[in-house]
Amino acid sequence: MSMQSKKKRQISFVEAIREGITQSLQKDKRLFLMGEGVDDPASMWGTIKGISKEFGKKRVLEMPVAENGLIGAAIGSSIAGSKVLVNLQRVEFSLYAFEQIVNNAAKSFYISRGKHSVPIVIRLVVGRGWGQGPEHAQSMENIFSSIPGLKVVIPAFPNEAKELMINSLFDKNPVIFIEHRWLHYSKGVVNKKFKISKLKSMTKINSGKDITIVSNSINTLIAKRVVDILKLFNIKVDLLNLVNPNPLNLDEVFKSVKKTKNILTIDLGHKNLGLGGEIIAQVVEKNISLNSSPVRIGLPFHPVPSSVGMIKGYYPDGKKLLFKIKKMLKIKDSKFKAIMGAYNKNSPKIPIDVPDPYFKGPF
Amino acid sequence: MNLLKLFHEMYLIRSVEKKITSEYPKGKMRCPVHLSIGQEACAVGISQNLKPEDIVYSNHRSHAHYIAKGGNIAKMISEIHGKKNGCVNGVGGSMHLQDLKVNFMASIPIVSSSIGLSLGAAINQKRLKLNKITVVFIGDASLEEGIFFECANFASLHKLPILFACENNLFSVYTPIKERQIDSNFKRYADAFKIPYKRVDGNNIENVFNVSKKIIKNIKNGKGPHFIQMDTYRYLEHCGPNEDDHLNYRNKNEVSFWKKKDPLKVLENKLLKKYKREKLSYMKKTIHRKIDQIFSNVLKEKYPTPNDAKKYVYAE
Repeated sequence: MSMQSKKKRQISFVEAIREGITQSLQKDKRLFLMGEGVDDPASMWGTIKGISKEFGKKRVLEMPVAENGLIGAAIGSSIAGSKVLVNLQRVEFSLYAFEQIVNNAAKSFYISRGKHSVPIVIRLVVGRGWGQGPEHAQSMENIFSSIPGLKVVIPAFPNEAKELMINSLFDKNPVIFIEHRWLHYSKGVVNKKFKISKLKSMTKINSGKDITIVSNSINTLIAKRVVDILKLFNIKVDLLNLVNPNPLNLDEVFKSVKKTKNILTIDLGHKNLGLGGEIIAQVVEKNISLNSSPVRIGLPFHPVPSSVGMIKGYYPDGKKLLFKIKKMLKIKDSKFKAIMGAYNKNSPKIPIDVPDPYFKGPF
Repeated sequence: MNLLKLFHEMYLIRSVEKKITSEYPKGKMRCPVHLSIGQEACAVGISQNLKPEDIVYSNHRSHAHYIAKGGNIAKMISEIHGKKNGCVNGVGGSMHLQDLKVNFMASIPIVSSSIGLSLGAAINQKRLKLNKITVVFIGDASLEEGIFFECANFASLHKLPILFACENNLFSVYTPIKERQIDSNFKRYADAFKIPYKRVDGNNIENVFNVSKKIIKNIKNGKGPHFIQMDTYRYLEHCGPNEDDHLNYRNKNEVSFWKKKDPLKVLENKLLKKYKREKLSYMKKTIHRKIDQIFSNVLKEKYPTPNDAKKYVYAE
């Protein structure tokens, strides 16, 4: 990717989202935006900057601070024939509207026997770092993924952000769009063109025969760095980026694990009852023979603390990942020492509560 | 105002629901039913002022609203029986009635949940200048939910074409309104958002019809949301086909006070001054025949299968 990136246009994750939204608004007159502060100076970290000016107030509706009513109204408008993009600054605000999302968004198509479709996209930003704390840094992708009728998409790279935004906006189902705040800084090659494609369950970031890693969002970036280091030591990883965990289709994972016979999952949220648990359960149900016990990485089962002292070791990182892989693949101590050395050389020492420059890409 | 028509509609609803109460013990209707017996005037009085293209959203107690808007009764009875021919092919039961042919969009059985959807429908009507309105039937307990306030604020701010049609039947399940709210006059809620408010005797069909007629005209003329409080009373238990006054959660005098004001009785007495008894009897007989036919047909209908249950989870 980086070879091409010198020639091709690179834009940020933020710009990619904005481009996806802007082009979709141009293509489909039924689409409009709803949210709190849709026209404010910050404009969702710039992701919807200038859209109100370009498309007018009729396409960009400022809503009172009332997520339950707001999302209910978005669902109602979409049932009546519109398409709505809802912008919420943190995933936690959507909990006010959980009733609307679970009962009305997810079930209207089912109950109406296909007559009411609910083409809405709810953008939920996942935070992390700088002491965001217990109620500003959850992701809840496992919760939304456990509801039939909802779709969940989680981009990791700028090109995916644009692609998934467009595909979500042209999907006939309610889509929960989970967007990690730290990814906003990343840059990458993004196709200028508007293109609708079918939602893929996952994208393959790296091909390898030794071990399968399934991750998404920022964890895919963490894993990619590890994968690139391991490559230097002839350890080949199949890295699957699960961009669409609901509805969950794991065919790619089964294929991969049959080949590698080792599986490791990384959850964006808590490990307990996370996506990793479901993925591994399905692999085990398929009776795919494994060379090592399956491993799940995820957040410990306590809320995210604010203090920089308390988040030490809380989030998945490259080192944690490497230690797990060492055990699974029975990597010899001497070799592992060299791997760790290479990893450390590539990873600057930075505080754990600010984004690693690696996350900026370009990807 | 065609009083005979109003009576016909109320009698039709009452008779369908009475038939449900008599048939329910046979165990063929295997889902909860929240009957509207006693509250028919609210549904009919408002819906008679609506056009088919106007949108209605209802709640768990939806039978009267569905029939009053012109919903297909045979499909409703099939739905309650869990049959494939039901208005939503058996996935919803009594609490999820809808008939899109008459824009009876949905019944949402979670208190106040439909208010958000109605707001969205009204936003659409306003944005696209459709010159239609949305009516959301809510109850007294709906005003205890936060989403009502969220939506009333927005509806008023943007002058949306929505009517909050509130049936105050004085009880939330077994709990009287005086244990839940500081006053049973809901004007304060409408005033808070500068929404025009009217209170009517919800058992007096002429009253409901005339007042809502003016209100609906105002809404169509762009005067924004309105709130109508209709005081009324349910005769049967909150959920189910029986009376439950032996539980003594309601004052006996209160029950008899409201039954004396029965919306059908009041109108029938008035009609008998103008029309011959035979005319009404003939109307009633025709209604009963139609309903009996529907209830006998439904027994021959097929059940949907577990395979049908897998369909329509996602739109392609």
